[in-house]
Amino acid sequence: MLAKRIIPCLDVDQGRVVKGVNFVGIRDAGDPVEIAKRYNDAGADEVTFLDITASHEQRDTTFRTVEQIASEVFIPLAVGGGVRSLDDIRRLLNAGADKVSINTAAITNPALVADAAARFGSQCIVVAMDVKSTGQGSRYELFTHGGRRETGLEAVAWAEKMVTLGAGELLLTSMDRDGTQDGYDLDITQRISAAVTVPVIASGGVGNLDHLVDGLTKGGADAVLAASIFHFGTFTVGEAKAHLGKAGIAVRH
Amino acid sequence: MSSVTAVIDYGMGNLHSVQSALVKAGASDVIVTSDLSLIEAADRVVFPGVGAIKDCLSEFRGLGCEPVLKKVISRSTPVLAICVGMQSLMTHSEENGGVDALDVFGGSVRLFDKSSKTENGEALKVPHMGWNTVSQLTAHPLWDGIPDQSYFYFVHSYFVPRSECSDALATVNYGVEAAAVIGRGNVFATQFHPEKSHDHGLRLLSNFLTWDGTC
Repeated sequence: MLAKRIIPCLDVDQGRVVKGVNFVGIRDAGDPVEIAKRYNDAGADEVTFLDITASHEQRDTTFRTVEQIASEVFIPLAVGGGVRSLDDIRRLLNAGADKVSINTAAITNPALVADAAARFGSQCIVVAMDVKSTGQGSRYELFTHGGRRETGLEAVAWAEKMVTLGAGELLLTSMDRDGTQDGYDLDITQRISAAVTVPVIASGGVGNLDHLVDGLTKGGADAVLAASIFHFGTFTVGEAKAHLGKAGIAVRH
Repeated sequence: MSSVTAVIDYGMGNLHSVQSALVKAGASDVIVTSDLSLIEAADRVVFPGVGAIKDCLSEFRGLGCEPVLKKVISRSTPVLAICVGMQSLMTHSEENGGVDALDVFGGSVRLFDKSSKTENGEALKVPHMGWNTVSQLTAHPLWDGIPDQSYFYFVHSYFVPRSECSDALATVNYGVEAAAVIGRGNVFATQFHPEKSHDHGLRLLSNFLTWDGTC
């Protein structure tokens, strides 16, 4: 049976893992290669590496870090952050990424998603969506720049459009919940999971292990992403899997 | 082991992971190459594949790899094919509007039916992406130390139906019974990615590195 995936996320700035609360107030949580290895050994099903390095000139550090992680980690590695062109994607795949996630560029240039899927295959093209509730009925919209810039794009229709263009997976982050530890936004997670035919990763807001269960059951997600609860040792990946297993969810062991 | 493992590089995607995993599994000498003489002279050959099968086969054939791989297979050199590499060994694929493949194994590659359901009754997500349990149909040296029903990492939208392939060595269930491994003699072809399948994947690669090509 296909297992639900637990994915620790490494937010990396200039080669160091950080995790902000609502993307403000960053704390240093260490070396990405060591952390990725630790998660590999601990039974994580995949690792996501989100490059938040502001300057494009410093991206060579990112490629080197991805290369180092890929040499020592034998589970899938997804890399996102600052991906703007087919050449960015090619370089990340060549450095050892198995999947590349496209966020802002999917909004400014949707053709990139189609071109990337045609060139590299849908299986390695993830579209990352940062969404917020508008507070008006059930409407959620896409945001960029860490949730600061609105786009006016409605989330469910956007998800469907990205899949039509060739996205092989969606990484759905609630900007309302990110950093709050209040749990995933189950409403939008469930609606998008039901609307698309590709896997959906729930992200943003995990504070305890029941939140992971809820994301997979009530939210209908195929995978759950978390950062702080794992980085700061609140829970281990093993504890998370045991908890999911008790809830009747298929996990890899 | 002082033997050479050649990973065929026909310009499709990243082979760094396959190479790193083989080294981690104990390979002493791994070459990633499109040089036909090096592939032909190698003690073992790995045929990876990622992306669209039409592009893969077009590049593969364009570099003159088809007769060399077939020669290597015919003289019983151990061969490991991975993912689209496995699919390329079939007779035909319905991907990209229909493609004639290498016909080492009889059978067709088909698209998952998004209207079918998983064992849990959930809607089938395509690609089939993630860790799934593999049912070993027969004993094989490459399963040494790997329990039946172990999890391996899959990522694919097309599959070989078990019902259409008499050479299936293992299956995976995803809305349908699909071939997880196809093999005969010195060829072992996996739909999953051993290089991304953690301990069981590394064990399979390590078994491949000591395999003499018989079963």
